[in-house]
Formats: sequence, structure tokens, C-alpha cells
Amino acid sequence: MTGTTYSHVPGYVAGDRPQIVTSRFQYDDSYTLERAVATDGYAGLRAALGRSATEVHDEVKTATVLGRGGAGFPAGTKWGLTPQAVWPRYLVVNGDESEPGTYKDRLLMERDPHQLIEGCLIACYAAGLSQCFLYIRGEMALAQERVAAALNEAYAAGYVGNNILGSDFSVDIVLHWGAGAYVVGEETALIESLEGNRGMPRLKPPFFPAAIGLYGKPTIVNNVETLANLPWLMRNGAAAYTAIGSATSPGTRMVAVSGHVKRPGVYEIINGTTTFRDLLYNDEFCGGIRDDNELKAFVPGGGSAPWFLPDQLDLPFEGRLIGAAGSMAGSGAVMVMDHTTDIPKAALTLTRFYAHESCGKCTPCREGGTWLMRILDRVVAGQGTARDLDQLLEVGATICPGDFPHASSERLGIAAVPFPYKMTTICFVGPSAYTPVHSALTLFRDEFEAKLLKRTFIPVTGIHEPAVAQ
Amino acid sequence: MTTTESNDLEVPAVVPDPNAVSVVINGKQFTARKGDLIIKAAEDAGAYIPRFCYHERMSPVGMCRMCLVEVDTGRGPALMPSCMFPVAPGMVVSTESPVAKAAQEGIIELLLANHPLDCPVCDKGGECPLQDQSFSHGPGESRYIEEKRHYEKPIPISDLVFLDRERCILCDRCTRFADEVAGDALIHFTSRGNTTQVNTFPDEPFSSYFSGNTVQICPVGALTAKPYRFKARPWDLQEAESTCTTCSVGCRTAVQSSRDEVLRYQGVDSDPVNWGWLCDKGRFGFESIASDDRLTTPLVRTAEGHQATSWNSASASAAQLITEAIAAGGASSIAVLGGARGSNEDAFAWARLAHDVIGTSNVSAQLADGLPVGVLGLNRATIDQAASATTIILLAPDLKEELPVLYLRLRDAAVKHRSRIIEFAPKASGLTRYAWRTVFYEPGSQADAVGAALAQDDIGAQLAKGDVVIVVGRANLAESSAPTIAALQALTTALPGAAVLPALRRGNVMGAIGVGMRPGKGGLDSRGILNAAADGKIECLILVGADPLADVPDADLARRALAGARRLIAVDTFINQSSKLADVVFPAAAYAEKAGTTTNIEGRVTTLAHKVTVTGTSRPDWMIAADLALRLGTDLGFTNIDDVTAAIAANVDGFESMTAEALAASPNGVLCVPVAVEPVIAPAVVLADRNAYDFRLVVSRKLYDQAIGTATSPSLATLATGGAVYVHPLDIARVGSAIGASVKVSTSKATIVLPLAADDAVQRGSAWIPFNQHGANPGDLIDAAAAVTDVRIESL
Amino acid sequence: MSRLSEDNVRIAQEIIGRYPRARSATIPLLHLAQQQDGYVTNEAIRHIGELVGATSAEVLGTATFYEMFKFEPVGKYLVNICRTMSCALMGGDELMHHAEHTLGIKAGSTTPDGLITLEHAECQAACTEAPTLQVNYRYRFRVTPETFDALIEDLRAGRLDSEIPPHGTVARIRQRIPADRGVGAVAPEDVTTAPAWMPAPEAAK
Repeated sequence: MTGTTYSHVPGYVAGDRPQIVTSRFQYDDSYTLERAVATDGYAGLRAALGRSATEVHDEVKTATVLGRGGAGFPAGTKWGLTPQAVWPRYLVVNGDESEPGTYKDRLLMERDPHQLIEGCLIACYAAGLSQCFLYIRGEMALAQERVAAALNEAYAAGYVGNNILGSDFSVDIVLHWGAGAYVVGEETALIESLEGNRGMPRLKPPFFPAAIGLYGKPTIVNNVETLANLPWLMRNGAAAYTAIGSATSPGTRMVAVSGHVKRPGVYEIINGTTTFRDLLYNDEFCGGIRDDNELKAFVPGGGSAPWFLPDQLDLPFEGRLIGAAGSMAGSGAVMVMDHTTDIPKAALTLTRFYAHESCGKCTPCREGGTWLMRILDRVVAGQGTARDLDQLLEVGATICPGDFPHASSERLGIAAVPFPYKMTTICFVGPSAYTPVHSALTLFRDEFEAKLLKRTFIPVTGIHEPAVAQ
Repeated sequence: MTTTESNDLEVPAVVPDPNAVSVVINGKQFTARKGDLIIKAAEDAGAYIPRFCYHERMSPVGMCRMCLVEVDTGRGPALMPSCMFPVAPGMVVSTESPVAKAAQEGIIELLLANHPLDCPVCDKGGECPLQDQSFSHGPGESRYIEEKRHYEKPIPISDLVFLDRERCILCDRCTRFADEVAGDALIHFTSRGNTTQVNTFPDEPFSSYFSGNTVQICPVGALTAKPYRFKARPWDLQEAESTCTTCSVGCRTAVQSSRDEVLRYQGVDSDPVNWGWLCDKGRFGFESIASDDRLTTPLVRTAEGHQATSWNSASASAAQLITEAIAAGGASSIAVLGGARGSNEDAFAWARLAHDVIGTSNVSAQLADGLPVGVLGLNRATIDQAASATTIILLAPDLKEELPVLYLRLRDAAVKHRSRIIEFAPKASGLTRYAWRTVFYEPGSQADAVGAALAQDDIGAQLAKGDVVIVVGRANLAESSAPTIAALQALTTALPGAAVLPALRRGNVMGAIGVGMRPGKGGLDSRGILNAAADGKIECLILVGADPLADVPDADLARRALAGARRLIAVDTFINQSSKLADVVFPAAAYAEKAGTTTNIEGRVTTLAHKVTVTGTSRPDWMIAADLALRLGTDLGFTNIDDVTAAIAANVDGFESMTAEALAASPNGVLCVPVAVEPVIAPAVVLADRNAYDFRLVVSRKLYDQAIGTATSPSLATLATGGAVYVHPLDIARVGSAIGASVKVSTSKATIVLPLAADDAVQRGSAWIPFNQHGANPGDLIDAAAAVTDVRIESL
Repeated sequence: MSRLSEDNVRIAQEIIGRYPRARSATIPLLHLAQQQDGYVTNEAIRHIGELVGATSAEVLGTATFYEMFKFEPVGKYLVNICRTMSCALMGGDELMHHAEHTLGIKAGSTTPDGLITLEHAECQAACTEAPTLQVNYRYRFRVTPETFDALIEDLRAGRLDSEIPPHGTVARIRQRIPADRGVGAVAPEDVTTAPAWMPAPEAAK
């Protein structure tokens, strides 16, 4: 194996690839201002301040820095969506990372908070954002401490606050933290939460946050990793940035691979060109399935993403291609299931997650998500009927009417249905409760049928053992 | 769109309506209004889209997802919640396409999944949007076989409202209402996801003055009102549209009855007035109609006290008393107080009787707690004008306590940033938190406060920005009307374009004054009448639904007046403190027991519904007047209520437009504002020197008090807080007593004992006592002849 | 002792001062209350409502939305074992079974000595290190039955006191904005012009 691990960064695996956002991870004091400054820290900010806001904004647009939160919308374009001449405008940094399988923002906050702060400052400068709120997930104590300490250092050193580096650029970065609610990762829910309310997503168009956001003012919500890209971009320029990765997905991105692989880890991969086979099997990455087992299925883009089969291994990690193949690149999280996995149980863990995390606002999510979970629970417990399996799909259709995306399968002889799905809810939490059900039932219906009520003894088992001997 | 170029030049320029938006709804072209939501446009086009969370008077939340329809904006049809999207040109909407229907059926099934379906024992059954739309837009059956959610069955969330969380579908209507409309966010969603529920904070009940509205807008039977629970089934209710006369805002209501008993009022959405809302006092006051304490027969005083008698003998006795009084002191020794609690017709008949038949000019619809009649002649504002004015000036009592739905409208204007409120007040009011500026003045000094404020640059700039409406009323019963009139004069002089909305609270006070229950030439106003009676100059005092002992701020004056009047005739629905003393008491028909019209603060005349049979033998006031007139030798010429209505339209200045036809054509009423009213003259305000040890007294009303309509409505009777003297928390030490302890409150006239309370709404150096509550009467401290009242507060 | 203490009110005011609207400080203040008392008391909710200008019902509505807030006393240590996909794939359920056995309590309850509360948790963002748990939001990675038992031993013996503060304290470092460096929060309605550094007519683009 060629991947390098650092004992002070559990989970992170370095390699011989360009490091745009993780270059400082090698140092065990990577989170200090001293280390940051010694390794180009705030040089990107200085470079930005040497140019006009418009020029900086254009540079980011040229580089096509895709949002790393899940939707993959280009940051530069997003900044441009604010209505003209409406002030103030705010930056809200989405550090409420909680998508199952995903963690990269946590590492970026814990290990290199100054890079994030610098990224925030560049964004505020470019888009004329006069106050920044850095919203960190409530359960991430270490990230909160590291960012708080870094902000205190940065304020003292003149990097944040009034007249930054002696310029007329002044912005406060306020550390804010949540208290345990997945849905707050949705940008409008994040704003609600930041206003002190229940984190329930707001109505969508025509009220995009860029137009009507925090306190009703134009607000840019950017993901931590997205912003962490900006210092490097400012130091090296858009040309250098787009030279890495594919034309549609430039740069690198952080991907967490977890589950049944030999070396689960968070990798900064070349965006758009690295394939899932590379990720799962190359020694540079995960080095294969654990115990050299067979790959059964994998979730390519966080718990919300429809599942892939070994059929999709040769797809590169590229948003559009993954979408066309029936799933989404999402938050950069791959969860791998080997052949021992009890598929219905695995689906249940995810459906339960989304049912549990429903904010309760939209009827289909609030009622439908829990209904799906109840049925699935019953099926997994061996108490389900054939009717229950159809029922799962019917309930799902009230959340997501019409064709639902899924992968192609040579074994089953089915073609892919491309992303996205239609939905009757405001946000993606409701559909996400259905996604694992739909994927698992579509690709592994036989495993569900094997669990149906037979009025026979079913032993209590762990998740990776087949429940019923074939 | 295609254009025929050749015709471009010949076609005369047609200016397209900039507010028209052409859309296709279910295959038909429809012209909607710009800004209309799809759900509204579709309804206007005849395509009703089912909904639960959507409510026209509240902001859309897109929560229930019931109103999903297919909308094609050029990118193919997509499911969209129609309550969240405004119409756009060329939009194609399908409310009944297979996809839309499937979505709607799916939502119904999901909403019913955890709904208990206890319709047979649910008050809402029969008028339930969930029930109705399950039939009209639901799948017909449920596939849900899991255990339903369970909560403790109805829990009281206030003294008036019960909440059944099992029935709740979490539409956010009640919670949105509480926060957005009422400003009392005392109910809220708690918990999350599938276990989300509506609840109050422990020990902080939903004690909003507007809580009943949540029951009305609840689309299921989750919220029920204590006064109506299990009283009737909707299909047994008959209803008639009417106007609430609990106060003078004139909210439109539906009076609903079963078995000849009024069982419920529902708010009716009158766009210029109440937007469908009612206050709880208005909504639940119906209980007093059927009170066991209602007068059922005429009474005459004998040596043994009041004895029931026949109408014939009571009328004869009353006519005899009047005739004797004229003989003893002339017509001018007779005075009539009241009329503000009845209809326009009642007041008009009594005004005719007093002015034309008896020949007295001593007539007043107010009880020394109102404003000079001249205020009615000022450039009158409508509620809509006030609630859209650039600036609203408040020189008025606490509107939340006295005119609650006007409070809602002005609050809405402020929170939606249509208007800025500049408030002049002796203590903080319900609107203070929404006011752009609040100027607290020491009682009596409001004219100075107005003068100083008008001189401020930022206030001046604000007033110059656009139209101004002044809401004027008596903020303090412990001072005369003079300081308020002086302040009003200062405002109208500085702002000649400003319109005025009088905040007089008694139900039909504007109508009564307008149709003639006001002093004639040289006649006495209410204070003058009371003074004359106290001086023994009134041979006969007639109270038409007036209770001076309860309502006149100067209690001593009221007592002396009633004792001094040689003969007393009362027309009332109840025996109250004053009618108890009368020589003859006529039982009057109550609200909903008689037809007619009423006039609100704007001068808006609307109809009153006759819904149930009168209690006992009681008769409408106008009939009593007509009968007395006949006995005194004059036929007023009224044989039915329509005659009286027509006579008002034919004879009363400003009321020409209130014809039967006009009223029938316009449920929102017609505006009738008297023109020829004597001008307001600001009297000189003389303030006595103030002793530094004294507190300057503020006495004002709270919504719930000892008023007869509240006291005889069991659900409301317990809501009155009781008397106390309130001072600013920092003044407690000055009193030298503890909060809750009884203290002496004294003037040179009297001393009363009340518990001491702290409230930071009260300004330093002043004391506030709510009027007409249980316990000692602050009216004992008030001197109608003094401009202000200073009191000493000492520990017992 | 359930309203915020004087010291905490000072911290609360400092936090509130950073936001254009006081309501935004609701969640941070709820954390502050939980840090003070170990859980969020009704009195604290009322107090926070006063501080941020919300009704108690509104603050309760916000507080109950978020799982980290507890409304009844919990153990000094809150042990959250992840049960979402990656951890479940790697033995999260088995770890929970073991924990329940070791502690002698079911998930959702507290040991009789009041030291440890055991809970299921959803994804903790450490999926490659499954199965994971958090003790008062401090991670333990790739937890085995043995390391779990050792952890409990350490907690009971007080050996982790320096690393793991009692329940209620999340971050031990607070942001402090020096008075001379901070820009200060401005009510949104009071900002009407572009920030100083922005090119004058934005439409010039």
C-alpha cells in the first residue's frame, strides 16, 4: 500500500496526489496559526486583497469550484445570484456535516481551521459579504474548539475583523454551533437554525437564500470543503486549479470510503477522473474488499445516494456521470458492502436514519418516512408479507412519484434510471428515507423475499451475516 | 407568442393591464392577478385545490403538501405546492391530472395514517376539512396497518381551548396564527419529525385574547373550544351573518344556533374589518344570551322591592313617571343616558322619543368616559386607511385590551412594514412593542408630549413621508377628556391632512351618537346629566342599556346622580347595579334576539342578525321607545324594524346611504359618517400642582372585567384578573410595601385597599389600576371635575 | 440555580452581541444553560427567552428540535454509540449489545450511580473508523468490546477527567472577539450600502 496515514489524523490517508485542501495534515500542529503562516497560510487572502473583488470573483468562476456539500453547484455562480444592490449580504458556512458516510469537513475544521477561515475571508471579499457565520455541527467538540482557537488567533493577528491586513476589507467571522439535527445541513434549514428557530427547511423558489436568506437578506451558504479550496486557488490561480481533475469537475475532492474495505479512509482524490474501482481496489486507496470478499453493493455519494453495484465500478467519481448512472456524487462518501451484508438490514439503518432526522414539516417525509421504517423493521424481523414489499414501493411513490433513479444491473437485466427523482417534499430528507429502500428492493428483492413471514425460527444475527440459511 | 407584424401600426395602442397574468388552468385560459398564488388563482377559476396549511390571511409555509398540482412553466409538468408559487405568464396548471390526483391521494392517506378517525365523537365532524377532503380528494381507503401515534387525549392549553394531539395534522395554522397574527407565540411545535407536536410551555398556557381563532382555523378537530365542546353537531347548526357588538370594531360574525339557542360565533372574513378574526371576548360572549340571570319580564318597584309585572302596566308606569317629571320640572328635567349597547334602530327610536316626544336635549350615549361628540365630525379614517397609513399615531387606550381586532390590524400594518406607529401613552400598551416610537407622558401632559414630539426632526420626517391616521380615545379614565382633546387638537393642527379614527369602545357608540343619542341644542352631555342629577335637578333619568354605577369613572358622581334622580327608568337585559335602583325596568332583547344595524368606529353600518327567540317577554329597545312614545301621545310610525332602518336613512345626517338595498348588497356594510357635528373645542387643561410623594393615577380597562356580558358568560367570567394597584418595579420600594401585600390608595376624596403589584409597563411615578375588576373600585378615587388624579399609596 | 448565573449572563450577552438579531443566540445559550446545569431546565428556557426576546414556548420549540439538549438530568457521561450504516456494517449493533451488558442498562437510560447515560446515536461523521462512539462528544474510534470496557473503567476511575468534561460542556474554548478588532453586528435593516471594499457601481460588470 502506498497511502500514508498520520496517527494524529485518524481516518485520513495521504497519497502521491495533489493536495489542495489537505496539504497541512502532515503536521501535527496543523491547526495552529504558526504552522499555517509557515506554510503559505493567508497568502491566498493577501493575493485576493491585492486584486479587486470582481477579479477575485471572476477567478473563482473561471476555476469552476463545485460545491462540495452535495448539490455540486459552482460556488462562483452561486455568489453571483445575489440581487444587485441589496445589502447586507451574509456568508453562512455549512459545517453541519452529518450525511451518513461523510466526513471531510470535520477533518478540515479540526486539522486546518486557518485554511477555512482564509477561505471564508476570500469569499466575503469577493462577494461583498459583510458578516460570516461559521456553523459547526453541535456534536463536533474538537472542531468547535480548534476553530474557536484559530479564530481567536486570527483576530489577534489582524486576519479577521476590522481592516484586515490594513485594507478597507472588514468582516467578522462568528462561530456558531448546532445541537444535533441532520436536516440543518440543508441550507435553508441551516439559516432557520442560525436565526434561533427549529431547523426546518424554508419554502423554496422564489425564496433562494442567495436572494432571501438570513434575516431575509441575500445569503451565500457554502460548504466547508468548498471554501477550503479558495486559498490554494488564490495562490495558484484558476489555470492551475482546472489543470487538476476533469473539465466538468476540476480540482480534487475529499472522499470518505467506509464499510467493508481493507483500508477505510478519507482520501483527497483527483476530481472527476478517479474511478470507484481505483478507490476500492487500488493499494493507493482502500486496497480491496476486506478479507478479499466479494463486493455486493456500494453507496457512492453519502447515505442519500441510490446504491451502485459492481457493474458501476468503472465509473469515475464525476457528478454528471454518476447522475446518469442513477445515483449522485453527493457529499463524497462511499459505503461499501461485501457479500456477507444483510441488505434489508443495511437499508433499514439508512431509512431509520432519515426517518429519525425528518424535521416533521412535510407530510410525506414525516409520515411516509416513519411508515417505511416500520414496514422495513417488520420485514427485517421476519414478520413481513409479500404485500409489505409492494407497500414499501407504494409509500415511496407518495414521497417520490414517478420513476426513481437506480443503477443498471447485468445480473437483473435492468437499465439505469438517471438521477434526479421527483419529490413531494421541500427538501431531500424525505426522498432519502426511500432511497435505500428503493435501491435495496430493486437490486436485491430476493433478499427481502427470503425474510418474509414463514412462521419459522429466525436466529438473531449481526448485520453482515445472512439471516436465513439459503 | 406570435405577432402579426403587418397590423402592428394600425392597431390602436391597447395598454395591457399590468396586473393581469394569463395562465391555463385545467385546459382553460384564465386571467389571474399578478402576485396571486396558484391555489388562489385556481380557486378563482373554479378549480378548488385541496389544502390544509394554506390560509389566505397567513403567510404560506408549504407544510402539508396537500395542494400539490402539476405546473408546467415551459420545462415540462412538475409537481408543485400551489400555495407557494405565484402565477406566471403562460403557466399551465393541472389540478386534476393523474399525477396531481395521485399526489393528493397519497397525502390524504399519509395524513390519515396517524389520525385517530374518531370522527363520530369529534366536534369537527361534519365541518372538517380533513374529513371533507378525504372524501373529495382521498383514496377512499388506507393501507396503513401500523400502530398509530398516541398522546394523552385532549389537554387544556388554556382556559378556553383544548388540544387533541392525536387528531393534529401539524399544519402550522394555529401556531402561525399565534405568532404571526396575534403576536402571542405561546403555542409552538415541539420535538421533531414523526413526534412533532403542538404544545405550550409548561405552566404558560395559551392565554391569548385571540385563542378562539385557532379553533376556527384548525382544519381538523385538534383544537376545540370549551364553550362549544359537545354542544352541537355542525349539521344541526343554523347560521346567520351578523356583526359583533362586544366592542365597536364591528367584526363580522356568523351567529350559529341550534334548538333556538346561540351556541357559537365564527369569524367571517370581512376584508375591510376583521379578516375573519375575532377576539375571545367577542367569540365566547354568546353564553350571556342564554344566561339564567337574564331579565324575562318587566319589573316595577314596590315597597317590597322589584315585582314582576305586565308590559302594559310597566309601560303605563313609565309613561306616568315621565309625565310627572315633565309636570314637576319641565322636559329639560328629563335625561336619557345610553343607546350604545343596542342597534342603530334602538338608538334612533330612543333619540326620537327623547328629543321629539319628551322634548329634552339632555341625551348622551356616553358615560363620562368618552370623547366630545365633535370628534365624530373630524376627517374620519377607515380601519383599512389606518392599517395602510405611512404613519399611525396612537393617542388611545390600549387597543389590545379595548378594541382587540383593531389591534390585530394595526399590529399587522407594523410588522409587515406598511406603517410606522408613533404612540403617545401613559403606560406601555399591547402595541408598544411594535411601535416605531413610543412617547410616554405623565397623565395630563399629553399635549406637551405631542408638541415636543412634533418638534423632533426624525418624527417630523416620518410624518412628512406620507399619510397619517390618528387613533384617538381615552387612555386614562382617571383624567378628564380635556388633555386628550388638547393633544388631538395639537396633532390635527400640525397635520391638517391626517384622518382620525375614534377609539370609543362601546359596541354601537358611534351609531347611537350618529343617529341622535347626543345632547341637543343646549343640552347636557353625560357628565352634565350626572352632575345635574346629583344636584337634584333631574326629575326622571332614563337608562337605555346604561349602567352608570359600573361604567362612569367617577363612582361617587354616579352614586350621587342615581340617588339624586327622582325617578329612574331602566331598559336592560340584566339587573345590574344601576337598574337595580330603577322604578321601572324593561327587559330588553339581547344580541341575536333582534334584527337591525350597527355602526362601527369607522362609521361602517352593517346588519345584525335576529337568530333566536327573545328571552322571556323581552322586546327590542326601539319597540319600548315606540310604545312609550305612543303612551305619551306620539306615534313614531314604526311597525317593524325595516321602518326604523328606513327612517334613519331618510332622516339622519350622514346615514343616507344605509338603505335596506345597500345593506343587502354589501355584507361589508356602508360607511355613514355624520357631517354636521359641532366642532371639537380644546378646553383649557388646568393641572393642579403635583405632590412629589403622590403617584399619578392611570385607570384603564382590560379585556376581561366585571362587565355584565363577561360576568354572565361562564367561560369568560373567570378570566378577569382582579383588581390591584400596579407600579413600576423600581417604585415598589417607594411604596414601602411588598408585592402582593394590601396597600391603601388614597386621594382627598377616598381611600381604597388593593393588593400591590409590579409591572414595568407602568411608568415611574405613576400607578395603574385596571377598571371594573373584582375588589375595590378605583372609581372612588376619580373626580370627574379634575383633569388628573394623584394618589398616595401606603402600606396598611 | 437554574436561571443562568451572573457569569453566564455575561457570556450570554457577549454571544448575543455578535448577532444582528438576538434570537440567533438561542442555540448557543441553550448550550450554555446545559453546560451550567447538565441539562436544560424550564427556568433556563424562560431566562433565555427573556434574553433573546422570545416566548418560552418558542425557545422550547427550538430546544426540543435538537437532540443534544436534554430536559431531564442525564449521567455525567453521555455515551453515544453510532448505529448508522457504516458503523452498523462494522458491528455497531453488537457494540451496543455489549455496552448494554457491561453497563447493565438499556440504551436510553442511566446507570444507577448516575455516572453514565447510554444512547443510540446517528452518524457521527467518523465512518471510516467504525464502529464509533462519543463520550460527551469526544470520539472513540474502532471500538471493540475490550476497548469499551477499558473506557468505562477509565471513566469510573476519573482517569479521563482532563480530556472529557462533564455532560453539558461541548467546546471548552470559546470564541472571543477583541473589542478593538471586531466589526460588530449591525441590524440588517441598518445596512443599506455596499461594503467599503466593493467596487462602486456593481452593475459595471
